[in-house]
Amino acid sequence: MTASVAIPVKTQSRAWKKLRANKSAMVGASIVVVFVVLALLAPLLPIADPAGTDWGAIRKPPSMTAPMGTDEIGRDILSRMIWGAQASLLAGVVSVMIAVVVGVPFGLIAGYFGGWTDSIISRCTEALLAMPFLILAIALAAFLGPSLTNAMIAIGLSAVPIFIRLTRGQVLAVKTEDYVEGARAIGLGHIPIMLRYILPNVVPPILVQATLTIATAIIAEASLSFLGLGQQPPAPSWGSMLNTAKNFLSQAPWMAVWPGAAIFLVVIGFNLMGDGLRDALDPREH
Amino acid sequence: MLAFVLRRILIAIPTLILVSIFVFSLQKLLPGDPILVMAGEERDPQVIEFLREKYRMNDPIPMQYLYWAGDVLRGDLGISLRTNQPVLELIAEKLPVTIQLAIMSMIFAMLIGIPTGILSAVRKGTWVDWLANVVALSGLSIPNFWLGIMLILLVSVNLGWLPASGYESPFVDPVKSLTTMIMPAFVLGTGLAATLMRHTRSAMLGVLQADYVRTAEAKGLRRKTVVLKHAFRNAVLPVVTLTALLFGELLAGAVLTEQIFTIPGFGKLIVDAVFNRDYAVVQGVVLCTAVGFIVMNLIADVLYVLLNPKLRTAS
Repeated sequence: MTASVAIPVKTQSRAWKKLRANKSAMVGASIVVVFVVLALLAPLLPIADPAGTDWGAIRKPPSMTAPMGTDEIGRDILSRMIWGAQASLLAGVVSVMIAVVVGVPFGLIAGYFGGWTDSIISRCTEALLAMPFLILAIALAAFLGPSLTNAMIAIGLSAVPIFIRLTRGQVLAVKTEDYVEGARAIGLGHIPIMLRYILPNVVPPILVQATLTIATAIIAEASLSFLGLGQQPPAPSWGSMLNTAKNFLSQAPWMAVWPGAAIFLVVIGFNLMGDGLRDALDPREH
Repeated sequence: MLAFVLRRILIAIPTLILVSIFVFSLQKLLPGDPILVMAGEERDPQVIEFLREKYRMNDPIPMQYLYWAGDVLRGDLGISLRTNQPVLELIAEKLPVTIQLAIMSMIFAMLIGIPTGILSAVRKGTWVDWLANVVALSGLSIPNFWLGIMLILLVSVNLGWLPASGYESPFVDPVKSLTTMIMPAFVLGTGLAATLMRHTRSAMLGVLQADYVRTAEAKGLRRKTVVLKHAFRNAVLPVVTLTALLFGELLAGAVLTEQIFTIPGFGKLIVDAVFNRDYAVVQGVVLCTAVGFIVMNLIADVLYVLLNPKLRTAS
């Protein structure tokens, strides 16, 4: 029954075909896959210890032994980049999961019930949206204390209103459909209607938004770590590596090049994937 | 029109109240007891009790909120723990710096984003469109603090063309002010330029297919006249309102840009306050940013109606 009201299988496979035919989206997906594989395989790769200092190899430029050079205390930058990918990707995915898990139910409830419930939830959403994402995340990270976990929570909570608003809007469009009226007519309760008839139909735009928000969350984590509010040393993170690198720009410019380039690449990957998903799932495009 | 503006202001009031409740709660949630920080090393119980009374910390939380909100409405945002200055005074001191940065970034963004968007729409499907889209996507994906660092490395460290940091008021030394602000404004404006480009492109694409544009072309008008006079005038509406909305985003983006270029503005104020546990300043900055954002939203709505003759008559 669920399948008949959710995105039809035909549409799913058509969307998948469209996504695969979209070259930009595939380039984006490939970039993301490379980073994910590197991050997952970090413990198995034959690379130096990311925290291993070498006072005899301080700020060495890229060479055969250290392809990306070494940092201010002689740590291998390549190794720290690969381990740093774990922190960035984890932060991106976990914070978006927090935002979806908290935001989508509130959006569902606001859109489905309307009236006072909707007014209260919508006003709170507007108030949260009035506080710019990064400023809210900084304030929350400051309150929670500086750590990667807290940065993820801060970023996730700051992104919640985006998902509440998106879900609410989608629910408003779906809830007047005949099949929802039908479900109500046969006496189904609110929760089964919301979960089985409405939620599956609001998933595609949420999926697109989630992909694009992972990109934003990765930049936000790097920003918080850059400010000293995210991943704490000596654990590697692209943002904190850039924070240290800016003090050695004239002596060791390579320290600043790699972490930023990695953030740029992975964010472009998620953005390309998000744009491709949007085109593939947009019903007007079929 | 006046009724519309008043209605919009009334709608903004509950949002403002909720923002104030949230900002007030931040103080209650921040780690550490501010009273203990104020009491100094000795932490004399009598002093602590005196301070608790003075700052109404012994009252129930809802009462504390009402006292705080009353103070805020009178323009009293508290005193900075670090500098002992009133928070409003500190904000008033730093805000013009950030506003200068934001205006310059916006000018950069509009100069790059809007013409590129028009060009991309007019040349849809060609290499120009493809290139513009790639540049826009890169602008959206590049972390602005990294772009800032790379520009410092290239322009300041290697070429020595522009200073890497510092700030000078445009009223004191306009040339120095411009040279210190060009790079930060460019860095902050990049993402916005990309957003503006995408919106201008999509608005122009919609308008270029409209009947009146085809009629204008059929009349034999020059392509340039059709694009700029007939199409762009109609496409500019959503772009203008978006520009007003993005101003709030600029304040947030300024946090990192100011940190990299050591600009003593609003963004640097909040970061320093977070590290110094200067609660009143953190609250003040978050509150002012939110109020600024709500006001810019209001301006965007009013502009939208003002610029659209159909809506203007309706309202």
